[in-house]
Amino acid sequence: MEKLFAYIRASQIWRSIFRHGYPDTPRNRTLAVLSNFFLHLHPVKVRRSGINLSYTWCMGGLTFFLFLVETITGLLVMFYYRPTAELAYQDIFALREHVPLGVMREMHRWAAHLMVITVWLHMYRVFLTGSYKPPREFNWNIGVILLVITLLLSFTGYLLPWDQLAVWAITVGTNMARATPFIGHEGPGAALVSFGGLDFIHAGDDIRFALLAGRFVGEGALLRFYVLHCVGFPLFAAVLMAVHFWRVRKDGGISGPL
Amino acid sequence: MIDSIKDLADWLSEPTRYSIGTALLLLLVVRFRKWASHPVVFAITCVLIVAFFLVSWDDPNFNRIVTKPDNIPIIMMIGSLLFFTWLFLRRAVLNDERIKRGEPTLEGQYAKQKVHVWPDLVYIELICMVLFTVFLIAWSIEIEAPIEEPASQARTPNPSKAPWYFLGLQELLVYFDPWIAGVLLPSFIIVGLCAIPYLDKNPKGNGYYTYEERPFAINFFLVGFLLLWCSLIIMGTFLRGPNWSFFGPFEYWDPHKLEPMVNVNLSEYFWIYLLDQPRPENIWLREAPGLASLFAYFVILPPILGKTLFRKIATEMGPERYNVMMHLFLWFVLVPIKMVMRWTLNLKYIVGIPEYFFNV
Ligand code: HEM
Repeated sequence: MEKLFAYIRASQIWRSIFRHGYPDTPRNRTLAVLSNFFLHLHPVKVRRSGINLSYTWCMGGLTFFLFLVETITGLLVMFYYRPTAELAYQDIFALREHVPLGVMREMHRWAAHLMVITVWLHMYRVFLTGSYKPPREFNWNIGVILLVITLLLSFTGYLLPWDQLAVWAITVGTNMARATPFIGHEGPGAALVSFGGLDFIHAGDDIRFALLAGRFVGEGALLRFYVLHCVGFPLFAAVLMAVHFWRVRKDGGISGPL
Repeated sequence: MIDSIKDLADWLSEPTRYSIGTALLLLLVVRFRKWASHPVVFAITCVLIVAFFLVSWDDPNFNRIVTKPDNIPIIMMIGSLLFFTWLFLRRAVLNDERIKRGEPTLEGQYAKQKVHVWPDLVYIELICMVLFTVFLIAWSIEIEAPIEEPASQARTPNPSKAPWYFLGLQELLVYFDPWIAGVLLPSFIIVGLCAIPYLDKNPKGNGYYTYEERPFAINFFLVGFLLLWCSLIIMGTFLRGPNWSFFGPFEYWDPHKLEPMVNVNLSEYFWIYLLDQPRPENIWLREAPGLASLFAYFVILPPILGKTLFRKIATEMGPERYNVMMHLFLWFVLVPIKMVMRWTLNLKYIVGIPEYFFNV
């Protein structure tokens, strides 16, 4: 057995992938992190206080992990789902009834709920350790945007099963947009946006109409939410996460007392 | 015995008592944090909470609401909030004692030591990932994701609730119109969060847990996050039923339960009750008392506070920072103020101009 492992490790294929020996010496441990694309998100060495679980609560890392789970399970669910008013509900229903081992919808949903919670806890930890203070002000801001995107991802996904729960939750949520000052037709100041006695803002062209592509949550809204949920927001989130992680390193690693 | 406990729980969770009770609880816990964060006290609290759950489990109404698949994550959130708030308080108390004795903080002890990412960090990450994957798979096999009736524009479910993470805002709709609860306050939350690092100029408490070095910031966040965000979500999820009426945890969700609505506008208080005359026709005159109070609150109050109570903060921050901070802060405080005015005076609107959808 050991000979076999040694043989594999000495082979050209193995050595073309991993350009270092077994990571049990400082040199090889350093190389293990530096020469691996995924690991080199990390620095080679970190402060011992920064990896303490009771300090970071692991919540940023878990949020990222849950984002990856969402990406994978979301991809699988997409194979079975067509975003139209006739088919969406059927497809979700069929997913439960006909697809063997069909737990990816469950995983997608529960991980989504959890991700919202872990983002909040991450923010809670970052605040309580004062980690937003200089030099990390800007990374906190990127975090706030990530928080908003996480909520929007969850919100747009909520509509896709196209059942009563989904449609009415989104109706209640987007009804708020009606009341946006100036650009919602029931918002304060909407009546002021008029020219020559003609009101510009009404139910057929206000901000809520733009969100839903209609006066109520219908087919247009489903398509919009689907595209944002599957393409728009995930891309945006992925880019911002890359920046977020990069900044954690550039700002001197996980915060700690100096 | 059990029935009287249930009645007590229902009575206590009525919105006014619930809000005041949670606020008092937070106050006591923070004030007596040394005692409250003691591991034994925490362990006893956990045992009591679990016992409450176990005893309540057989109650059909309690069971129905707690075991709804989409509510299970919220139960987990309650647990993790309790745990992490305890962990924070514990470490803050220990650190504050260490700082007083002139010792390095819990974090500071290790801050100078460096460890290799491989294996120290990579293994932690790996173990976390494996544990969480197992947990998620078990959860997904055990509990099916819900799917209700197909969507229909004709049948409105009662209650119609937003997704759970927005239920705190939906709860605020009881006290504010949608343009405030649904548009203004969320925007201010986002802007306010972004502004925090630029407003908090206290250099202490960066990179370790502490309470005493930054009491204002910590208290502010505990109130905002725990009381005004999370606790309202918990209330909106578990204690609000059909027609958004209040239901205790052991109460049946009866769609015919109606709560009397006798809310009164400030203008009615002023003209009809105080001056004993009908309200004037002119909108601006009618709402003058409310507009004047808002003006006083948002424009006159900040400079007065800046000269008196907040003098130290104001001089430290400088005028721009102070004004931005005060504006956000006053909106933040307006939320509990309006709640209290509703409970005590049945106040509906401070300024009520439905003609222009301008109700505060
Ligand atoms: C999708 C959401 C997010 C992901 C995946 C994420 C991920 C991470 C990770 C992995 C870290 C390393 C340290 C740790 O695990 O605690 C981190 C640090 C940090 N995050 Fe986030 N984060 C997210 C959202 C946020 C939010 C909402 C905020 C604040 C509003 C925030 C602010 C910060 C700051 C300031 C740091 C540096 C903390 C330090 O150095 O101690 N992040 N983030």
